[in-house]
Parts: sequence; structure tokens; C-alpha cells
Amino acid sequence: MATLSRHALWALVGIFGAFALAYVALNRGETINALWIVVAAVSVYLIAYRYYSLFIANKVMSLDPERMTPAYRHNDGLDYVPTNKYVLFGHHFAAIAGAGPLVGPVLAAQMGYLPGMLWILAGVVIAGAVQDFMVLFVSTRRDGRSLGDLVKSELGPIPGVIALFGTFMIMVIILAVLALIVVKALAESPWGTFTVGATIPIAIFMGLYTRYIRPGRIGEVSVIGFIGLMAAIIGGGQVAASPTWAPLFTFTGVQLTWMLIGYGFIASVLPVWLLLAPRDYLSTFLKIGAILALAVGIVFVAPELKMPSVTKFIDGTGPVWAGSLFPFLFITIACGAVSGFHSLISSGTTPKMIENESHMRLIGYGGMLMESFVAIMALVAASIIDPGIYFAMNSPLAVLGPTAASAAQVISSWGFVVTPEVLTQTAAAVGENTIIARAGGAPTLAVGMAQIFSVMFGGTAMMGFWYHFAILFEALFILTAVDAGTRAGRFMLQDLLGTFVPVMKRTDSWVGNAIATALCVATWGYFLYQGVVDPLGGINTLWPLFGISNQMLAAVALILCTVVLFKMKRERFAWVTVVPTIWLLACTLTAGWQKMFDPNPKIGFLAQVSRYQDALARGELLAPAKNVGQMQQIILNNQIDAGLSLFFMLVVVSILFYGVRSCWQAYRVAHPTTQEVGTPSTASQGAAA
Amino acid sequence: MFNDLSRLGKYLGQAARLMVGLPDYDTYVAHMKATHPDRPVMSYEAFFRERQEARYGGGTGRCC
Repeated sequence: MATLSRHALWALVGIFGAFALAYVALNRGETINALWIVVAAVSVYLIAYRYYSLFIANKVMSLDPERMTPAYRHNDGLDYVPTNKYVLFGHHFAAIAGAGPLVGPVLAAQMGYLPGMLWILAGVVIAGAVQDFMVLFVSTRRDGRSLGDLVKSELGPIPGVIALFGTFMIMVIILAVLALIVVKALAESPWGTFTVGATIPIAIFMGLYTRYIRPGRIGEVSVIGFIGLMAAIIGGGQVAASPTWAPLFTFTGVQLTWMLIGYGFIASVLPVWLLLAPRDYLSTFLKIGAILALAVGIVFVAPELKMPSVTKFIDGTGPVWAGSLFPFLFITIACGAVSGFHSLISSGTTPKMIENESHMRLIGYGGMLMESFVAIMALVAASIIDPGIYFAMNSPLAVLGPTAASAAQVISSWGFVVTPEVLTQTAAAVGENTIIARAGGAPTLAVGMAQIFSVMFGGTAMMGFWYHFAILFEALFILTAVDAGTRAGRFMLQDLLGTFVPVMKRTDSWVGNAIATALCVATWGYFLYQGVVDPLGGINTLWPLFGISNQMLAAVALILCTVVLFKMKRERFAWVTVVPTIWLLACTLTAGWQKMFDPNPKIGFLAQVSRYQDALARGELLAPAKNVGQMQQIILNNQIDAGLSLFFMLVVVSILFYGVRSCWQAYRVAHPTTQEVGTPSTASQGAAA
Repeated sequence: MFNDLSRLGKYLGQAARLMVGLPDYDTYVAHMKATHPDRPVMSYEAFFRERQEARYGGGTGRCC
């Protein structure tokens, strides 16, 4: 009876959630309220957390609350500190949540909100949260060592090096695609460019303040910085309205690209306290604040979804990104459903601060559910916009034509009725010259957030402010990621090059640092530039590569967890990691293959190569190339992208090979072969016996 | 009631600082006093700089 009543409440949550989900899924023809999606998502999260994560904690991994954690074993008050469960949850969530969960769902909305929503929910419960949780467990039981280290010790040195190379290339693609989002948002936008540019002097002032005026006072300097940011948004509006100032802050995509590349180099060789650290304070607090505000806003405003639940573009002909639902929807939404990058965080700072093994369930599984909820909110924000505006913002210029009239005509022909006036009025309402062809997610999300926030505060008069607030909040943490990522890439590169040229390894050598930084910036800068001049709009090329690489890393992490389960002699539970691994392998390998060999030049890189080569042979020029040199550049770019797809596929296949081998070796031995640090508590030994 | 509120405030402050990579200074001092009474304890300013360097200088990436 007691067990029955214990589950009764959860059964109610389940029934309620199933009802909301059915309402969302089976609704045809009429608009529905965003709250249905929120209710369905939260119910799924609660049930998954209560039952599935508990099953993983107790049965699959047998968490041991009595076992000493590295935070106690190596307690130094600095890196290794036993930390309150909820405080550490905040730390972990702030570290995993970035631009990814905000962008992917926005791009995926071209197929309607339903496919994206179902994948976000299914993906997080079965794959994403499982990965974060289990990597955290594996790392905590091994003194908080990093993913690369763990792959090396559990699978062997060769897969370890392969994983390191793979991680470096993922980093490069992430930096390029993040920087591309900023370029797309700021091109031809004096308001946005001024506001984001102003964050640099604001951050430098904060850096000097925390270094010399009031050392270490993070709270007060963040308040000062926040006031500066608000002033920068208002000032940006003045700049955009001024005929003398506006042209000074109006740049093309290519100009912004060179500025970002220069910025990336300078910012990553400056001392960290001057620019990186203070901007990190702003971006972290603004990110958490904006996410909370968005959650409150959606519940409070309860907007109607204007996007159909499923659009005709599920056949793969969509303008935002090309390719059919399988595998490309599952590649487009990586963060929010399953993100391999989290395995680096789960094996980074968090495992060194776990106070008790039983806390890992909330921090690992729960933290990822929270990130998934951010993805759901981004999907909602993209779906409350008029579909006509959504497609005007996210389709490439080559498809839409140069004017609002041509864009409106093209989009109306797809069945999403929109007039040129609506497009120009929307641009004017948010204080921009144009909103056409701004793929990349950030501007679309900003329009959605501006609609929600302006209902709560300020009405339509405040739309421009809220739009640029949203742009600022995304650009801020993207720039932080670019800066921090370039530094991380530099260290990785110095490590790799150091094996051949020993002097490169010396991180105190000015020349070595500069060379490695320049190489790292040049690599991501190349992909960024390529994306900006890409005939299909950049996002169409780079975002799938990012998705493939990110989920490939997730597959690597889940293979590692599978090997550990086999070594623990718990192979009867291996399906927990094997099922998502198979799914991720199917998605990444199919997508990688199609990106290389698909005969449609919108999808396949090699098809695009031969399209341009054929044109060149006939002596023709294809847009956007204006001369033979640019034609050859596009050919080379696509060849490199095809090579990268191949590289990612080879990485994942070789790790799979080594993973299966390690599982087989562990399976043949009769006793556990794990190499964990520390000893199980007496209580758990008794339970095991 | 006021005790609970002040404890909540303390945890919120700790959480906010740890989000940007700064662990609790009092915990550090208590740890040093308890386990390494022979070693010098960093001042708050030195502790702040040491942690800043450790968070950003070491080169772990940020999430997407």
C-alpha cells in the first residue's frame, strides 16, 4: 500500500504529461498555446528523473553514498572542494549551457515544432542526460580525470590520441560556427555592432577594477558592468538613429569576419584578468538571468504558437538547412538533446567538487534536463514568430532575392503568407535595417524573446531594446567562448606540436605562444570566412558539421561508459549506453556519408565541388563567385569540408573498434577489471555480497 | 526564519561565485587551518588571482 501511494502522485504526473504530449502531437490545423509544450516537457523530465535516473544510479552504476569522493581525498580548498549539491548544480549548469541549445532548435523549427520537440525530449532522456551523468560517475571514480585521459586509460593510447585530435577539430568547428552566428547577427546592424563592441571597453574597465581598485569584488563589479551594458544598448539605439554615427558602425559580413579574427588573436594573448575573466562574469550572469526571464516570460505571457506543428519541409527541401528528417534533424539539434561537449565538463571541474556520490544524479542527469528545457524554450521562441518572418530571417539571400518584395513573394509561394510591409515593419520595430537572410539562430531567437519580453515590459516601444538585449546576451557569451576556446585550442596545439618541436611546448615562450595562437585563430578563421562567403549561407554548411562532430564526441563518451560497464561486470545493463550509442552512430555516420556523397549539391560537398568544376570547365561563373579565383576557392572549401566529414567518420569508427575490443576483453575475464581509485565502503560491499 | 534567509543568501552568493570559477574563500581558509597549519594562507586577493589564472590560463574549453 505504501509503495502504491508513493507512486500514485508520479502516475498523475505521467498521465498529465501524456495528455499534454498527446494534445501537442495530435493537434491539427489550429494554433496551440506554448504552455502545452512546457507542461509536456516538464512532465517528461520529472518522470525520467524520478524513475530512469534512479534506475541508473542504483542498479546500473550502484552509486555509493559512503564512498569517499576525490573532493575529500585531494581536498586543497581550490580545485578539489566538497561542495554543496545545489551550489555545484549551479556551477555545472552554467558550464554546460551555452549558445548551442538556443540555436539548434531555432534552425530545426523549419520542419515545424513537433519533430524538434520530440527529439529534444527523447534525446535528453535516453542519450544526453545519460551521457552527462555516467561520464561524471566514471570521472569521479577516477580522481576527476579528463575525457581524453579516460579514453587513453580505458581503451588504450592510440584511441586516446585519436580522441584528442577529434576534440581539437570539434573545437575549431565550434568556434567557427559560433563566430558565424555573431557575424550573421551584426552584419549591417549599427545598433548591434555598437552594443557588442562597447562590451570590450566595459569589460576592460571591470578587469582593471577587480585587479587594482577593489580586487576580487566580483559582485559589485558585475553590477557596474551590467549598468554599462544597459547603457550600451540604449546608446546603440541612438547610434543607429544618427546619420553621422550609424555608417561608422555598419559593416559587411566579411569586414566583421576580419575584425573577429583579429579580436580572437588579441583577446587570447592578453592577460586573462583584463578582458576574458570580467566578460565571463557578465556573460555568465546575463545568461542565467536571461534564461530565467525567458522561462518566467513564457509562463506569464503564454503565447500561441504560429508555426505549424509539422511543415512541408520534412521532405528535406527546406531553405534553412538541406537534408531529410533522418538524419539531419537529429544533427541540427545537438545541444539540448545530446551534446558530446558536456562530457568534457563532466570530466572537468565538476567531478572534483562532488561531495557525495549520491549528488551526481541531480547534477549530472538533472543539469542536462535543465539544459534541455532551455532548448525547449528556444523552440517555443522560434515558433511564436509568424512563419513568414521566420523563413524570411533564416533563408539564404540567394533564394529570397534582394528586396522585401521578392522575399515576401518567395515565402508566400511556399504557403506561408507574408507581405513585404510586414517584413519591413518588423525590421523597423526591432530597430534594424533589414531582417532578411539572418540565418544563425540568434536574430530569430531575439525577435521571439523581444515579442515575449515586450508584452511584459514596455510594449512595442521597447521591442528594439529587447531585441538587442537578446543579441547582446548571445554575442557576449559567444565572444567569451571564442576567447576561451582559442586559448584552449592553443594549449592543445602546443601539446600536439610539442611532440615534434620541443620548444613549442613551452607555454612561457612568447614566440611559441604567438605561433600556436595564430595557427589556432587561422584554423577557425578559415572556416568562419568560408561560412560567410558560402553560396548556401554558411550555416547550411557549418552547422551540420558542428552537429556531426559534437554527437560524434557524445558517441565516443558513451562508448567509454559502455567499456566501463563491461569492466565492472555489469554488461547486463550495457543497453543503457549501447542503445544511445547505436542511435548516435547511425545519425552521425549517415549524415557524414550524405554530406560527402549525396548527389544534391545542397547536401553533398563533393556534388557541390563537381557543380562548380563543371561550370568552370564550361567557362561559366556561378553565384556568389565573381571570378575564376573565387570559383576555385569554393571548390577547395567544399573539398576541405568533405575531408572533415571523412575525418569525423574515421574518428568515430576507430573509437568504436577499440571500444568493442575493450568490451570483449573485459567480457572474457571472469572478474571485474575496473581501475577505480579508492575503495568501496563496507556498506556497499555487504550489499554486493 | 532570518537564519534560513541568511543561509539561503550565503548559498546563492557561493553559487554565483562558483559559476565564474571562484570557490568559497572561507572554506579554503578553514581547510588550510585544519590540515596545513604550517603553510601560509593566501590573502583573499591572492586567492582570487590564483583562481582566475587557474580557470582561464589552463586552457579548458567552454561549452557550445
